[in-house]
Amino acid sequence: MRALGRRSPRRAAGPILEVGVPIVLVTLWWAWSTRAGMIFFPPLPDILRSFRETWLAAPAGAEVLPSLERLGVGYAAAVLAGVGLGTLLGCSEAARRSADPIVQFLRGIPPPALLPFGILVFGIGDPMKVLMIAVVCLWPVLLNTIDGVGGVDPTLRETARVYGLPLVTRLTRVILPAASPQIVAGARTGLSLAIIMMVISEMVASTNGIGYSILEAQQTFRIPEMWSGILVLGVLGYLLNGLFVLLEGRLLRWHRGARALEGA
Amino acid sequence: MPVDAGIAGADRRLRRRRPHGWISGLGVLALLEALSRSGVLPPAHFPPPSLTLATLGLQLGSAEFWAAVGQTLEGWASGLLLAALLALPLGMVIGASDLAYRAIRVPLEFLRPIPSVALIPLAILVYGTGFTSKLFLVVFASFWPLFIQVLYGMRDIDPLTMDTARSFGLRRLERVRHVILPSTLPYLATGLRLSSAVALILGVTAELVIGSPGLGREIDAARMGGNDRLMYALIATTGVLGWSINTLFSRLERRLLHWHPSQRTGGRGR
Repeated sequence: MRALGRRSPRRAAGPILEVGVPIVLVTLWWAWSTRAGMIFFPPLPDILRSFRETWLAAPAGAEVLPSLERLGVGYAAAVLAGVGLGTLLGCSEAARRSADPIVQFLRGIPPPALLPFGILVFGIGDPMKVLMIAVVCLWPVLLNTIDGVGGVDPTLRETARVYGLPLVTRLTRVILPAASPQIVAGARTGLSLAIIMMVISEMVASTNGIGYSILEAQQTFRIPEMWSGILVLGVLGYLLNGLFVLLEGRLLRWHRGARALEGA
Repeated sequence: MPVDAGIAGADRRLRRRRPHGWISGLGVLALLEALSRSGVLPPAHFPPPSLTLATLGLQLGSAEFWAAVGQTLEGWASGLLLAALLALPLGMVIGASDLAYRAIRVPLEFLRPIPSVALIPLAILVYGTGFTSKLFLVVFASFWPLFIQVLYGMRDIDPLTMDTARSFGLRRLERVRHVILPSTLPYLATGLRLSSAVALILGVTAELVIGSPGLGREIDAARMGGNDRLMYALIATTGVLGWSINTLFSRLERRLLHWHPSQRTGGRGR
């Protein structure tokens, strides 16, 4: 009884905190920003108004859609290419060992460092941005696919072969599923790199897109608009992450409990 | 399988690994060289790797080159250090308390996915275009992976071990030393590996977009100056830095945790 009595207020405190703390934080931000009069930290109501006017009103998604389109095309291309090439390389020990140092080195190049190369060779149009997004996502996906496919339990691999499963069935039903936790981990790293590349390619070389418009807002000193752009990127990051978690849960449902998804 | 055979096999594999890598690396360089010399790749935009390497060799003797490398590494190291100094104590204190963890759970869910590059304009406004701006971005970006991993690590401490330690009369500091640190160490090492990579990415981003001094700025300057070879040489330099950092922290992780079960199975995500 005593234990229960002592515990129940604590138990109630949990949900209250989970709901309460965010509300308190937003209220504090609201109150502080409307009173502080700091130029760089405009009142929260102004930011929200600008959010509504700039991002939700009239030309719906005029700046968001081009960004998302480039992100989607580049990312999808990178995942497809990474998984395809990675499966090919991962199946052979020699190919794996030969490819490893090259992929490791290319992955080591920080994505922004490739941007000047992209601009030089492909100009500043959409193809350059899509290509750069694809290139930076390719390495983690490729590397993890090679590792995942190479790490498939040999017994499993041999059994599938002995039972005479055709190559395509072996790939889609045995090898790729067995490698999928690692592939998904690589795709997750790739997604955050893709978002980084999307934003900075627009900041450096663009006339539209979210990255362009928030940097432009800053340069012309439209501070609430800049903040609303940051908010848009935050919401976008949150949604994309949520979408990824959803897909991941579906893809790896069978894998739950094995908890090999550490880190990443 | 006899243990010895397994180790010998792994050993042989490791020894054979190097020559293969060098050969394929040289092969790719030779291919690029041929493609560029023959004009299949426009030589104006793709100088032969031999010329790029020669440029890189010349750069190795220039003070400006090393200054840029130093500035990039300085931003990386100080940012990572600051992030660690913030993330470790915060993660440990918050992770140790159920209530504190629940209190920050929702704000965390919202703050974590914000792409750090979104804060570039804010960094310029508040800190200008110098080192501080870069530092701010690096700290912000590398804080999250570390903080989250420490938090997970604290949540993952076996309550039974903790209770045992308590009932054996271990004091708070002893519990930190004998229970908390060993069980959070794997998470911490993973967090460090992730953060160290992110720190370099954001550092170079700040140099490129904001113009803080460092390799990123030099790469863009080389492009605008039409010095393609220098641009490629500098990009390759950032690749070497990134590769070294990745390798260093993966090794560190493996060495720190050679006793941990997660390290005994091969083929972990990298």
